[in-house]
Amino acid sequence: MSIDRRNFFKTLGVAGLTLAAGKSFGAEAGNLKDKGIEFRGILYDSTRCLGCRVCEETCAEAHGLPVPQDELVAGVVRNMTESRRTVINLCTTSKGEVPVKKQCMHCNEPACAAACLTGAMFKTMEGPVIWRGNKCMGCRYCMVSCPFDVPKFEYHSANPKIQKCDLCYDRVIEGKVPACAEACGDALKFGNRRDLISEARKRISENPDSYINQIYGEYVAGGTSFLYIGPAPFDELGLNTELQNSSYPALTKGFLYTVPAVFVLLPSFLLGIHEATKNKKSNNDDENE
Amino acid sequence: MNNSSITISKDNNGEPLWRFLMRELKPKGKWLTPFNIISIPVMILGLAIIAVRFWKGIGSVTNLTQEVPWGLWIGFDVVTGVAFAGGAYVLTFMVYILKIDKYHSIVRVTVLNGFLAYVFYAGALLLDLGRPWNVINPIIGNSFGTSSVLFLVAWHFLLYMIAELIEFSPAIAEWLGARRARKILSGMTVAAVIFGITLSTLHQSGLGALYLMAKEKIHPLWYSEFIPLLFLVSSVFAGLSMVIFEGSISHRVFFDQISEKNHKAQKSILEGLSKICAGAMFAYLFLQILVFIHGKRWDYLDSGMGLWFIVEIAGFVIIPMAMFFFSYRRRNIFLIRVASVLTMAGVILNRLNVTVIGFRWDAATRYIPSWMEITVTLTVIFAEIWIFRWIINRMPVLRESPEWVNKENK
Repeated sequence: MSIDRRNFFKTLGVAGLTLAAGKSFGAEAGNLKDKGIEFRGILYDSTRCLGCRVCEETCAEAHGLPVPQDELVAGVVRNMTESRRTVINLCTTSKGEVPVKKQCMHCNEPACAAACLTGAMFKTMEGPVIWRGNKCMGCRYCMVSCPFDVPKFEYHSANPKIQKCDLCYDRVIEGKVPACAEACGDALKFGNRRDLISEARKRISENPDSYINQIYGEYVAGGTSFLYIGPAPFDELGLNTELQNSSYPALTKGFLYTVPAVFVLLPSFLLGIHEATKNKKSNNDDENE
Repeated sequence: MNNSSITISKDNNGEPLWRFLMRELKPKGKWLTPFNIISIPVMILGLAIIAVRFWKGIGSVTNLTQEVPWGLWIGFDVVTGVAFAGGAYVLTFMVYILKIDKYHSIVRVTVLNGFLAYVFYAGALLLDLGRPWNVINPIIGNSFGTSSVLFLVAWHFLLYMIAELIEFSPAIAEWLGARRARKILSGMTVAAVIFGITLSTLHQSGLGALYLMAKEKIHPLWYSEFIPLLFLVSSVFAGLSMVIFEGSISHRVFFDQISEKNHKAQKSILEGLSKICAGAMFAYLFLQILVFIHGKRWDYLDSGMGLWFIVEIAGFVIIPMAMFFFSYRRRNIFLIRVASVLTMAGVILNRLNVTVIGFRWDAATRYIPSWMEITVTLTVIFAEIWIFRWIINRMPVLRESPEWVNKENK
């Protein structure tokens, strides 16, 4: 995973910035990196999920949001909202009704963080993608860019926040487990991403009949810290399977890389033409217009 | 500055600068023009809506959804408005870099237009920010999101505004009668022009690059990795159509300001611009066709959105392009004006198709701008026209520079 992380920062070319930003998190973050701490994540196994929604409840309580009161109806899609960071849906699939949890995927290379012009959306060393209100200017470009449509904006507030799952970052850096994973019986497993992938493979190979032989999140959008395994094809579980497997920030890389080239070459070119077209008369014009 | 204030007093018959400015601030001409009668109530209403927006949040006046977080204020005011401001970099390129003197007489008004467009559309951007008090963060350097296209666009907006202000500043100096300042400022013009053209190419394309990460959210007929290039090429004819359109109106409204010589030159200027428009549109069409064929998009045509795409390309690119070609061959000024209006409509359509209409075209709840969003947009446009008119009536933009400028040049 440390390779992933290194690649990620290299891709974005913000290694220096990260070091600077890392300071605000104290020496702890730096130490974690030295110790080779890997991206943390959660493995969600929808065959073990009972759809009890205790994760919704604890999440709301942990983040001071209203506890959802609406009923769970099979086939009716409930979305994350500005007051609901995670939701359980009951999906009607070819394998019957399957509960599916939704929240931020915590991408290895998050589009939202690459989009953010103030660094408010931030991929931490530990894996969670967090939102920092003191930096955010509320432009909502993260919402435009996120392939999973995760960040939600408080449109009806004069001091609006972006609401999204932060994998309980405060708890994670204290060495604790995210609130939802702690409250959940068996369906949510918190750990290092690499270990979670092995665990997912193990479960699939031990019980090949109960699972689709795929891990959603292993490759999608360049890999995510939230991983899914389930009994039915992922599009039936309401997960977006149209998304690309490579990273989203890479889509703007080409453009951003041309910027320095244009900045050096175009002015030289223009200056060249300007000098070449100079004659006595127009020279006069320049100075006087 | 001491020096220039002495000069000012001399030029304004010993009047102190502040008194001169106070006098200039007062409105000139009639109050009850049709434009004022329409624009004043709209602007008052718009200001009230803006107050509500800051008091109760963006959601209280807009129809934005969680799926479509950027609506009319970004898609039209910013993305389309900046495309229309592209005339300034094209014209300054022709006049100061290629030294085509023919277009010299319209450079100032075009740069002024571009500058005001940026000031007001960046202002509109502030209305759309949920937490505008943090807007300085990416500027002062405590949080640089250098991997963000929006970071690049924001900085370019800021720097380009400064470059355009420098390009326009000799006109301000002439208005104030500041000879010394004018000499210094006009010496900076070429540097500002070169810097400005570079910034323009990057942020005109950058506005398109903003949408590159929204790969699955934009209808495949409008999404491609070439959005930045398409935006850049279309900004050339978007900007020039605006120059033609604005020039045609200015020549009526500010008739008395324009010299006999420039009135006569207008026809040949319009013909030249229409030729460039036709060429740029041909290049754009060619790119669109390449992207279309390369992306194997035939199947998408057989749908409502496909038909809409055909309307955009055939009705608002091919037809106005043909009109531009035809009109400069037949020297038909009326046709040029019609073509410029059609082209502008086409650019609005294209930008809205990428940013609003084709954005999450599959969403359960479609975004349709509220009347309040439209009113605020009109307020921004009217406010810009008011300032434009105020400046035209005072500074030597359309009219000739004062006598002393020509004397100094000789």
